[in-house]
Amino acid sequence: MPLIRLNSNISGDAIFRATTYVFALIIPLLLLALFFSLLRGALPAIMHFGPKFLIDMSWDPVRETYGALPFIYGTVASSVLALVVAVPLGLGCAIYLSNAVSPPSNIKGIISQMIELLAAIPSIIYGLWGIFVLGPFLAGFFEPLLSATLGFLPLFQGASNGLGMMSAGIILAIMILPTIAAVSREVIDAVPTVLKESAISIGTTKWETFMLAVWGPSKAGIIGAVILGLGRALGETMAVTMVIGNRPSISASLFAPAYTLASVIANEFAEATSDLSLSALIELGLVLLILTVAVNGLARILVWKTTSKATL
Amino acid sequence: MLKRITLLFFALMLFAGMAWAVDLNGAGATFPAPIYSKWFDQFEKETGTRVNYQAIGSGGGIRQFTAGVVDFGATDAFMTQKEMESAGGDVLHIPTVMGSVAIVYNLSGVAGIKLDGDTLAGIYLGDIRKWNDEKISALNPGKNLPDKDITVVHRSDASGTTSIFTNYLAKVSTGWASKVGADKSVSWPVGIGGKGNFGVAGSVKQITGSIGYVELAYALENQMTYASIKNRSGNFVEPDISATSAAAEGGLKKIPSDFRIDMTNMPGAKSYPIVGMTWLLVHKNQKDSVKGQALKDMLKWCMDKGQKYAEGLHYAPLPDKIIAKVKSAIDSIE
Repeated sequence: MPLIRLNSNISGDAIFRATTYVFALIIPLLLLALFFSLLRGALPAIMHFGPKFLIDMSWDPVRETYGALPFIYGTVASSVLALVVAVPLGLGCAIYLSNAVSPPSNIKGIISQMIELLAAIPSIIYGLWGIFVLGPFLAGFFEPLLSATLGFLPLFQGASNGLGMMSAGIILAIMILPTIAAVSREVIDAVPTVLKESAISIGTTKWETFMLAVWGPSKAGIIGAVILGLGRALGETMAVTMVIGNRPSISASLFAPAYTLASVIANEFAEATSDLSLSALIELGLVLLILTVAVNGLARILVWKTTSKATL
Repeated sequence: MLKRITLLFFALMLFAGMAWAVDLNGAGATFPAPIYSKWFDQFEKETGTRVNYQAIGSGGGIRQFTAGVVDFGATDAFMTQKEMESAGGDVLHIPTVMGSVAIVYNLSGVAGIKLDGDTLAGIYLGDIRKWNDEKISALNPGKNLPDKDITVVHRSDASGTTSIFTNYLAKVSTGWASKVGADKSVSWPVGIGGKGNFGVAGSVKQITGSIGYVELAYALENQMTYASIKNRSGNFVEPDISATSAAAEGGLKKIPSDFRIDMTNMPGAKSYPIVGMTWLLVHKNQKDSVKGQALKDMLKWCMDKGQKYAEGLHYAPLPDKIIAKVKSAIDSIE
């Protein structure tokens, strides 16, 4: 049977199908092209440094020794810190705004609007705010307070000047908060009313209703929301560069400066002249891409596992 | 009558079209970008030749120039012999203006600190950690220096400013030369990195006890406190435009015929030691004669008429003696 039959409605369908198929195919092809062009650019550095690149601590353009470890650490640690702050906040916000609690509609409206507004602020504005408001606040008040009370933990030791891992984590947390809050709220609201009603009918409180009827079905979606936020945190460049202190070192203290993959690429790419330094920067880009894909993959598995358990 | 006007209109269009025919494209350094945009704007008004300049950074400028994508490149750090060979070997460095790097600090109530190269290197190496360190006190008798930690701030992005600063430190301190070295981006022993002059200036303004280095224009425009630096004659000099020009005068004899020179730590009683030059990169052998001529005209214009715009934008103009040399280099373009 020929693929396209004139004088028939099916021909239209086939064209439609083929066209949309091509469009859909472009996306994975783009990703592949991106991956291979990064791989090609990174090849000289991969050949020169080998796997040592991933565990080397030094980044010295004068001696042309490059290693990715401090940047990988900085990227992961700042994103994790952002999640630690943003997940409870975002989730709490989402639960409050959802039908599970049903707050007064005017308050609900204002808060939802504010959250959406947070998402619309450009990252450079967050960076400026970080340098001029958050940094001095952390250095002058919050970090001394932490080291006075919890200073026995290595996390809160050392000199603080307001630029470092903690500032970056907090800025990132604020940036991913809208994603986590908005998506979680949608997911929670999507839980069928009948589930909630049956819980209420047996006389549960709001908290019990939430735990009994809402948490189970929405768990997978909430994890998805968190992963979306994590994805943004891993790749965020401008705001982080402005507040993280840009120092390729690994320190236990949250007050110490650090460096992320995206930041070092943004900082050094424009002025990189030697082929090896350019290639090392591209390899960092490749590492970032793989890291992001791996995190997303892990998230898929996590979501898949929780949903399959929920249905069992 | 109407026909005539129409005809005249078309003739004008044609003429205008011819006048616009040559466009020059350049890319590179961000440090001189403000004066370049002023120059090229003015040059277009006077001659009708349009010059498109993209401030993508010196590294990008050298790459695009080497690849032949642009008619001229621009850089704050001169090309190495190897880089020049891969760009075809006929590369001319045309110096345009000079600038200086100010050492800014944030120490309430303590103005006009004096530093020398060795002490500055000590601070940036992390050997000197307190403001009341013996070495700093010895240079500043009578000043009430606090027992405060020094927070070192440096550029996080690779830049010509860092290249000038680290070249200076490497010249005056053997410790710096062997442990760190000089480049547009180095492996800093201590401190935090700020993105761009803006990032460094912002961090220094926020953190008490901090020290950083920025282009002079940033220090002046943000009303920051800056240090006087000891020059080769033993005088402490502030980084103003006359001290920058003095460094060029002082270094006149040392400037080679290809103008590739690191201008830091030049002799002269009034010379400020942390000074740098910035260059335009052109090929000596131009393939397109019309474009080549336009390029020569543009470069000559920068030397003759462009220099007077420098001071208003906090750059130091080139001394007349250098300009004469540069012009003969421009004449050698074929």
